[in-house]
Amino acid sequence: MTAATRPNAVTPARARARLLQMHYEAKVGHIGGNLSALDAMLHLHTQVIGDDDVFVLSKGHSAGALYIALWAIGEIADEELASFHKDNTRLGGHPVAHWHKRIVFATGSLGHGLGLAAGVALGKRLRGENGTVYCLLSDGECEEGSIWEAAMFARHQKLANLVVLVDANGLQGFGSTAEVASLEPLAPKFAGFGLDTVEIDGHSPGALDAALDGRSDAPRVILLRTIKGKGVSFMEGRMEWHYLALNDDQYRAALTELGA
Amino acid sequence: MRNAFCAALVTLAAERQFAFLTGDLGFMALEPLQAAMGERFINAGVAEQNMVSVAAGMASGGLQSWAYSIAPFVYARPFEQIRNDVCLHDLDVKLVANGGGYGYGVMGATHHAIEDYGVMSALQNMRVHVPAFADDIAPIAARMAADPHPAYLRLGRCEKPKDHRLPDYAPWRRLLTGATGVLVVVGPGAGGVLALASTLPEAHRPDVWVATELPFTVEAMPLLLIERIRTTGALFVLEEHVAQGGAGQMLAHLLLVNGMAPRRFEHFHAHGYRSGRYGSQMFHRTENGIDPATVLAATV
Repeated sequence: MTAATRPNAVTPARARARLLQMHYEAKVGHIGGNLSALDAMLHLHTQVIGDDDVFVLSKGHSAGALYIALWAIGEIADEELASFHKDNTRLGGHPVAHWHKRIVFATGSLGHGLGLAAGVALGKRLRGENGTVYCLLSDGECEEGSIWEAAMFARHQKLANLVVLVDANGLQGFGSTAEVASLEPLAPKFAGFGLDTVEIDGHSPGALDAALDGRSDAPRVILLRTIKGKGVSFMEGRMEWHYLALNDDQYRAALTELGA
Repeated sequence: MRNAFCAALVTLAAERQFAFLTGDLGFMALEPLQAAMGERFINAGVAEQNMVSVAAGMASGGLQSWAYSIAPFVYARPFEQIRNDVCLHDLDVKLVANGGGYGYGVMGATHHAIEDYGVMSALQNMRVHVPAFADDIAPIAARMAADPHPAYLRLGRCEKPKDHRLPDYAPWRRLLTGATGVLVVVGPGAGGVLALASTLPEAHRPDVWVATELPFTVEAMPLLLIERIRTTGALFVLEEHVAQGGAGQMLAHLLLVNGMAPRRFEHFHAHGYRSGRYGSQMFHRTENGIDPATVLAATV
């Protein structure tokens, strides 16, 4: 079955509920940045990415959203999700490599994924292989200098088979991206490096499809304007959900809100 | 050794597919390789973190990748990219470091590499190669290319005595027979030791061995070497690297763990920059007591 014809049986609300269940049972955080990235990752994995493509999760702290996206396409089973964050698991808090063909790299140290993705894209071109490389960054991650080394390299090498997505939720570990680094405007920074850059609603599958339909000789950047904690009102836009785990009441309230 | 390296890779490029990345270095040295490799020769610019990540990305898709720069810029600057992107994934990436030890001499400490292979040897899946002579480069490059795991190659300047005939390449080789103990040399410093020790009577010099592949294992050590350490009772190690993580510590640890510790052990190694003065590679060797005359005088 090709990516284009794959049914999207798992709704965004169902995926959110499953992600919250996994984090609640494991009693761990990093929920906010998982919820901001989930819509794009779910859509990419259920509708876009095919066997020739490679997805690189550079923001490795959104491992939970990756596991849920892979669960949604039947690549990870419920029993495996139940091991999340536990001893003897393959589902670490940040992805580990060597066990799943769709988890190519162990990430979690920020600023590594874009260079890796550029290497995969260049290797594909040199070997005459098909497929697109998708790389998901966080906006705070763009404070790492290696991101801009990779952006310059990708543009210079004209890696048209590379699509960079940035989960721009505006919040990072200890403040907003504006307070910490005056990060915005981010789009002109990527555009200034010569990358073909668009900004979209990062929670809209239609907008993502439209952005992906674009063609360019240069690598593309899709800035996903997202909301940290998206879908759970008491988490939305709140920095503490970068870290906090759900208590019983919060978990029940979140599920009710998601209609689960 | 740089020209020998270039020639070795030109030969390899005719036999197998790989990519070669340089961090904007190799002028007046790597042009033949550039001509031979075409689009697979990539100047990644002055951006070594990205160069190593790109090499890892290409290797993950099955394309062996070599990444080249001056030693500190290829092992120290992108250290986390080596650790995470290359070694954790056990990828077929070869790091090539020009100017090991005090090789860049008066160019200054930023260009030296006196703790490189200790750091690299500590990483998962990594093998380190420290050729002693230009003749070692072709067989080492072939070994690296054939082994689909991470590797670090420390290049230097060949100091082989003129007209000296070396034994065929092996990771452990005896260069001279002596009587006062066993001297194990790592790196091109073996050339100067060989030249001076050759002038000494056999009774007044040590066995001179050269080791080129780290980390050491007992299995890879020749039985003759183990026997010579046992019968002479004295082991000396010379390297242009600090003691911590160096070949001397590795070898001492290995012999101790295996119940083969010699009665006498002396380690000649780099200390750093004790005088705060800079000069040629030999200036730094002499200041650190790792020049041939100092070492051989101590091994009698």
